[in-house]
Amino acid sequence: MTVRVFLFYTFSVIAIVSALLCITRKSPVASALWLVCAMFHLASLYVLLDAYFIAAVQVLVYAGAIMVLFLFVIMLLNLGRLGPGDMKGPGGKVIAIVAGLVMLGELMVLRRVALPVGLGLPDGVIAAHQAREGAVHAVAQPLFTSYLLPFEITSVMLLAAVVGAVVLAKRRI
Amino acid sequence: MLLGPALIVSAILFTIGVVGVLLRRNAIVIFMCVELMLNAVNLTFVAFSQRLGLDGQVFVFFVMTVAAAEAAVGLAIIIALYRHRDTVNLANINLLRG
Repeated sequence: MTVRVFLFYTFSVIAIVSALLCITRKSPVASALWLVCAMFHLASLYVLLDAYFIAAVQVLVYAGAIMVLFLFVIMLLNLGRLGPGDMKGPGGKVIAIVAGLVMLGELMVLRRVALPVGLGLPDGVIAAHQAREGAVHAVAQPLFTSYLLPFEITSVMLLAAVVGAVVLAKRRI
Repeated sequence: MLLGPALIVSAILFTIGVVGVLLRRNAIVIFMCVELMLNAVNLTFVAFSQRLGLDGQVFVFFVMTVAAAEAAVGLAIIIALYRHRDTVNLANINLLRG
């Protein structure tokens, strides 16, 4: 077992435990902070999977911007302490856990489908490509050539989201 | 090399997100669980990009921008909902229940 595999399993376990704590904590603030923890460890998993730039963006955008937005709304609406009824009752819990187990089983079955032979790249090709071209350039090259139109459409979508958020959060709708 | 374990971790995280959506009644926590599911899918994309080329990492960018836009609009909707009903508990927001 190499160091990389050991680190991968360690960070995976921490991420999964953080996610479990995120959905079981009563207080929304505690949930949000455990979700930040899970996202940080997902970023470290990205590093171990040779996606360095994605890992940086994960920390900046997800653990930074999006979670600050969540915490800001929790603070704005003063939801730090919740009354009863935030969790569903025993019946709801049983249904949720059974549905989750069924879903996990389905995903495990899906995972058994093997990649077609000859389609997959050999080990280390992507890492060598990134080492040669630089981590940012290797991702930016397809983003600004073959995916240029989706990229531009994304900017229009962000504009629509900004306008929509401002309109929705106005005092009089 | 790490493709198999990464897919298992991704499946577990996605399932945790689904269970969280089914388990909670607080709209903001449900929203955070949706973000967790998006993160699990991103992990799948990154894991496959190691084997199938860098297009997977480009897709993660698009997922992240859509998630950011969704968070902004969704939280604005939650704020508007709180102004009208004084609660974010989904058990009390049953306007469309038949």
